[in-house]
Amino acid sequence: MALKQTPSQTVGPYFAYGLTPTQYGYDLPSIAGPELATEETDGQPIRIVGQVFDGQGQPIGDAMIEIWQADAQGRYAHPADSRNPNATFRGFGRCGTGTDPRNRFVFETVKPGPTGDGSAPHTTVIVFMRGMLTHAYTRLYFSDEAEANAADPVLASVPEDRRDTLIAKREDTAAGVVYRFDIHMQGDRETVFFEV
Amino acid sequence: MSTAPRDWTAHPPYLYAGYKSTTLRGPTKPLIPLKQSLSEMTGPVFGQDCLGPLDHDLTRNGRKNGEPLGERIVVTGRVLDEAGRPVRNTLVEVWQANAAGRYVHKVDQHDAPLDPNFFGGGRCVTDEEGNYRFHSIKPGAYPWGNHHNAWRPNHIHFSLFGPTIATRLVTQMYFPGDPLLPLDPIFLGTPEGARERLISNFAIDVTEPGFALGYVFDIVLRGPAATPMEA
Ligand SMILES: [Fe+3]
Repeated sequence: MALKQTPSQTVGPYFAYGLTPTQYGYDLPSIAGPELATEETDGQPIRIVGQVFDGQGQPIGDAMIEIWQADAQGRYAHPADSRNPNATFRGFGRCGTGTDPRNRFVFETVKPGPTGDGSAPHTTVIVFMRGMLTHAYTRLYFSDEAEANAADPVLASVPEDRRDTLIAKREDTAAGVVYRFDIHMQGDRETVFFEV
Repeated sequence: MSTAPRDWTAHPPYLYAGYKSTTLRGPTKPLIPLKQSLSEMTGPVFGQDCLGPLDHDLTRNGRKNGEPLGERIVVTGRVLDEAGRPVRNTLVEVWQANAAGRYVHKVDQHDAPLDPNFFGGGRCVTDEEGNYRFHSIKPGAYPWGNHHNAWRPNHIHFSLFGPTIATRLVTQMYFPGDPLLPLDPIFLGTPEGARERLISNFAIDVTEPGFALGYVFDIVLRGPAATPMEA
C-alpha cells in the first residue's frame, strides 16, 4: 500500500450536535437517526433496544451506536449489492444513548432478511464513545432464528460460551416486536467484537 | 472487493492507561476475526442531497446576528485510500469547539463563553478527486478531567464513511506546532510514527487573502485487500 491509514481518535463526549443533532434537539437536521423504517417500509417492523454497559456494569450515557442492515429481502442499499437497484430502505441508523432516561438506544426498523450467502439474518453494529480511541464492530443476530443462527459461519467462529452476547432477545410487547440487545464493553458478559 | 484490515500500527489500542476513560470502556478480549461478507462490503451512501446549503461553512451556518468570533480558517484536503485512489462522493462530518474552547453541547460546562454566532458542526461530500473543503473558526483548547491541568490541544473532530462500513473512520485533526500535543493522552495513545498523520499542515497557498488561514489535512481510509476474496 502506498499510503498509511489515518489513525482513529475518540468521538469524545460532545459528538451529539454534530452527528446526532436532531435526536438531541440541536438546530441541524441529522443525516441519519434512530428511525430507519416508516409505515410504508416493506417488512416486519421491529424495535431494537439496548444499553451499553461499562466495566462496572454502569449504563453509558455518551455512547453512539450505528447500525447497518439489509432490507426485509436481505438486500443492501449499496452498489455492491446489485439485487436492490431501487432501494428505498437505506438500512443505516444512528442513535446516541444520552436522550433516554435509562441511556438506552432505540432503533425503529424492519427485520433484515437473509442475505443469501448462508448467513443468518443480522445487523452490523458499530460502537463509539468517549473512552474508546477506536470504534468497535459487533453483530446482532435474532433469538427467533435459532435454525439459521446454528448454521451461521460467523457465529460458528465465536467461542460457544460467548455466542449469546450476539443474540438479541425477542420480546413480544403491546407496542410490537422488540429485540433486546445489550452491549457489555467488559466483564464476564463482554460482547464479542470483531476484527472486520 | 474486500477491504484491507485495520492497520493496528496506525490506530490506538482500546486500552490506554494514560487516557483514563478507556480503563472501563475498552474491550478487554481479543477481537474475533471476521471474514468479510456482503455485510462488510457495503455501507450507507450519502450524497449532496443530504447537505444543507451552508453545511460546509461553519463561519455562516450558526449566525444569529453577526459574525462568529475568532480566527477564520479554511480546512481542506483529500480523502484517499491506502492505494492512493481518491475516495469520491463520501460524506465528511465535522464538529468542534468555538474559538474560546467551548462546545455548543449541553453537557460542556467549561467556563468559557458560547458564541451566539457559532454552532460548530458541519458536513460536506468529497468531489471526484476526493477533495473536501470547510470554512470555520480555529477551535480553542479546553480543559478536561483526565488528570491535573489536562487540556485538549486545538482540534476538529472528523467522521467519514468511505465506500463500506469497514472503511468507517472517526478521527481528530490537530494544528501544527501545538504545545499541548506532547501532553495529550488522546494524541499520545496513538502509535508513535502514526500520530503525525493527525496534524494538519499550514498552507499559504490555501490561505485566502484578507480572509482566512489555510490548513491541509489529508485523510487515508482503508484500501482494497491485497488478495481478492475467494468466491
Ligand atoms: Fe473535542
